[in-house]
Amino acid sequence: MSAAKNINITLKIWRQKNANAKGSMETYKLDNVSTASSFLEMLDQLNEQLINEKKEPVAFDHDCREGICGMCSLYINGRAHGPDSGITTCQLHMRMFKDGDTIYIEPWRSKAFPVVKDLVVDRSAFDRIQQAGGFVSVNTSGNTIDANSIPIPKDDADKAFMAAACIGCGACVATCKNGSAMLFVGAKVSQYALLPQGKVEATQRVLNMVRQMDEEGFGNCTNTGACEIECPKGISLENIARMNREYLKASLK
Amino acid sequence: MAKSALLKSSIVKKYWMALTGLFLCLFLAGHLAGNLQLLVPNNALNFNQYALFMTTNPAVKLLSYLTYISILFHAIDGIMLTIQNKKARPVSYAKTNPAANSSLASRNMAVLGTLILVFIATHMVNFWAKMHFDKNMPLMTKEIEVQGNKQKFYVGTQTGQYYPVEQVALVGEKQNPETMMVKQFVIKNGTELYYSQADVKTADLYKDLYKLTLDFFKDPKLGLVFTIFYVFSMLVLAFHLWHGFQSAFQSLGVNSSKLTPLIKFVGKAFSIVVPLLFAIIPIFLHFKK
Repeated sequence: MSAAKNINITLKIWRQKNANAKGSMETYKLDNVSTASSFLEMLDQLNEQLINEKKEPVAFDHDCREGICGMCSLYINGRAHGPDSGITTCQLHMRMFKDGDTIYIEPWRSKAFPVVKDLVVDRSAFDRIQQAGGFVSVNTSGNTIDANSIPIPKDDADKAFMAAACIGCGACVATCKNGSAMLFVGAKVSQYALLPQGKVEATQRVLNMVRQMDEEGFGNCTNTGACEIECPKGISLENIARMNREYLKASLK
Repeated sequence: MAKSALLKSSIVKKYWMALTGLFLCLFLAGHLAGNLQLLVPNNALNFNQYALFMTTNPAVKLLSYLTYISILFHAIDGIMLTIQNKKARPVSYAKTNPAANSSLASRNMAVLGTLILVFIATHMVNFWAKMHFDKNMPLMTKEIEVQGNKQKFYVGTQTGQYYPVEQVALVGEKQNPETMMVKQFVIKNGTELYYSQADVKTADLYKDLYKLTLDFFKDPKLGLVFTIFYVFSMLVLAFHLWHGFQSAFQSLGVNSSKLTPLIKFVGKAFSIVVPLLFAIIPIFLHFKK
């Protein structure tokens, strides 16, 4: 790996005071950015500079900064989580950029994800979809059976686990030209559909989650496959197909 | 579909899109099989017999109504999906890089579909409407040598029925019984041949779709334009199918490591071979001596 160096970059960032304000793209110059820093550290550096200039810092979502919480977002140079694959924005590093680059940073764009401020969007639509059916009802009266006591074929368990790897970041919605949430919902439906514990409520789950998804104003899937490529957790389109099968089964019941 | 409205749910819309799309793929294969007969030399009679069958057979009629409905439904459903999808992103991105994660065809299905719909409309005006409704649709004639002279005959649908063209009055042609030059036959209802002096039908004639098609693409003024437009439309169709064929299976929930590679291969082969064969026909007819 080549040694870290410092680069000078130009940033074009969406600034929006609050949910109701009209936003616009603003330009900032940022010098001496180490290529060893992460993308979010670069934004921290920008905010330091803005605070020193007595300007409002850029609001952006972040939490664990190790790619598992699903909190960070950002549409960077036309791609969700920026120009690399299998990562969230916090795992993106400045070595992906060159000296003199102009970097566009925008919030997730979706009717269902309204901008709260600057680059922060409200992703509670995903929570409401989960609440509509993304769970297994368990009796917690004290005689709960250990999940591992039910034998599950390894292949099914692996597929369910791969679907459950979804961190709900919303990159699929952001990158989809239709603003569709079907990869997220497909993953959430699949992780239960594949397991015996999930079969009990399978019919209502898929119907309710899809209904909620539609009510939130997400678009329709046209199978472009962009979501699968931009997903930081590599959630496969097979999950959307499985949701479509589950929905057909549930609708015919 | 007890618990979900037939059209309201996003996923049900996708089922309809897929089912109508796949049905239209079958239609394309059938239509192509018919059209390929135009490439066979001296095949006018066979082609016109085929055209007559396709416009009169009850089973084919049923299929054709299913096709019209599928085209309409596919288009309307597609428009509805596109409008909803546009609404799902009210503020667009300042910078996009769509080529990084999706194919050109997959991103432009609505535009491609609209172009195909325009083509279908012109295609139906130029051929379908003339075949079905045009009173002046040409009837098939054949040149036969009679005692050293070439003579033109209308061809009846029963074997061996030939009627000299000069003995058949044109539609609305006034006949003068006093000149002793009364023509023996008259055409009624577009294709029915009647004796002119006794109201008795003697034969059904073939509509000459072969000649209509040949004249269309060989038209001295616009034949080349029509040919280019047709070939361009087939290119558009190829792109639409490139994404659409395999996409339909995904929408219906068919996606597995075993089946999907096969579906994608068949889809790509179909999207190249079918439009290519369609496109060869007008080029062949246009340049035919």
